Amino acid sequence: MTEAKTIIKTYISDNFLMGQSDIDLEDDTSFLELGLLDSTGVIELVTFLEDEFKIKVEDDEITPENLDTLNKISSYVEKKYA
Amino acid sequence: MASLSSGNQVLELDCDGEIERICHALQEYSRKYRRRGAVIAMSGGIDSSVCAALCTKAFGPKRIQALLLPEQDSSHSSSSLGGMLAKHLGLDYIATDLSPALEAIGCYQWRDDAIRTLFPDYQQDWKSKIVISGGAKGGFHYFRLIVQTPDGELLEKRLPHKAYLQIVAATNFKQRIRKTIEYFHADRLNYSVIGTPNRVEYDQGFFVKNGDGSADIKPISHLYKTQVYALARHMELPEAICTTTPTTDTYSLPQGQDEFYYALPYDKMDLALWAHNNNISAMELSRVIHIDAEQAELVYADIEAKRNATQYLHARPVLVEAVTEIHLDS
Repeated sequence: MTEAKTIIKTYISDNFLMGQSDIDLEDDTSFLELGLLDSTGVIELVTFLEDEFKIKVEDDEITPENLDTLNKISSYVEKKYA
Repeated sequence: MASLSSGNQVLELDCDGEIERICHALQEYSRKYRRRGAVIAMSGGIDSSVCAALCTKAFGPKRIQALLLPEQDSSHSSSSLGGMLAKHLGLDYIATDLSPALEAIGCYQWRDDAIRTLFPDYQQDWKSKIVISGGAKGGFHYFRLIVQTPDGELLEKRLPHKAYLQIVAATNFKQRIRKTIEYFHADRLNYSVIGTPNRVEYDQGFFVKNGDGSADIKPISHLYKTQVYALARHMELPEAICTTTPTTDTYSLPQGQDEFYYALPYDKMDLALWAHNNNISAMELSRVIHIDAEQAELVYADIEAKRNATQYLHARPVLVEAVTEIHLDS
């Protein structure tokens, strides 16, 4: 697992799962389908990514294609660095 | 099988029958819970106006305590339309300016502090509002803050998490203080408090928990807004009220409900919700309300997303173990 993905997974587990370690968060688990993300959660996640990885998330990048799974987020963050 | 081919005719109402049904429900509630009348805060908007007219029909004007509860960001038309309606219905009303209470509790200070994290030069004579973005194009929803300087310049930025929550939390003081005043009068008079959401607002969670979402009875929460307008015309409410455009009347800049919360203007939103509830395809909806099929799919997805996101607003307090001796109506 990449370092970015580990940081993001820890954040999701701490912040969205609220200590429920029995929920299985796979790399391709959809946060939307799991009911983890609403509009407040999305802007919370975007703020976290901008602060943690010092990136600028553009308006048109706030999409499920970039932010709905661990894999998608870590790919998105790596692309921003590329 | 339900069809949308007749357009908004699917929302046509037997107005007389509906008025009778609602009045019966209001009377039944009052008898069951031993309330002697109704308190209603009138904003001059179509929903509270129709609720006031229905309550007046159910109980008579002497058993209604009408309230006008403006604050410094309310549009001037709110109170004037509310006053006009009270006169039209023969209601006594009490007008209370909420601004001093909101000022004292920090509503404006907390809001303005959050705004200044994005616009450090923001002053009290600037105006502001929040608008929703993103969802209509298939992305996630997010929110943008728009401010207007005294010389009319508009500035806009995407809201980060903490500022967004703080502005909304501060603004929610308005609905919650309003409800506190409503319950004061309800307790004082042994009346019930009327909640005024229409069906789309209720379904999509467009209300503040323990604010405008709090009430004893919500007489029009099963009616689409188009139907509420139909009742207003049927009951011959003043023309200025029958032609009002829905706004939130919460932020200092004018803010349509569809730019803050809904994906579509109210008349199309009504049809979209009706169509979704009646298993009409997105393709058929798109033909009737003149949007493309992809957008209609996104509107359906948005309806479900909002239902999911706002379950918290509808939820009763959770008990870890049921207290079976207490029986509540569903």
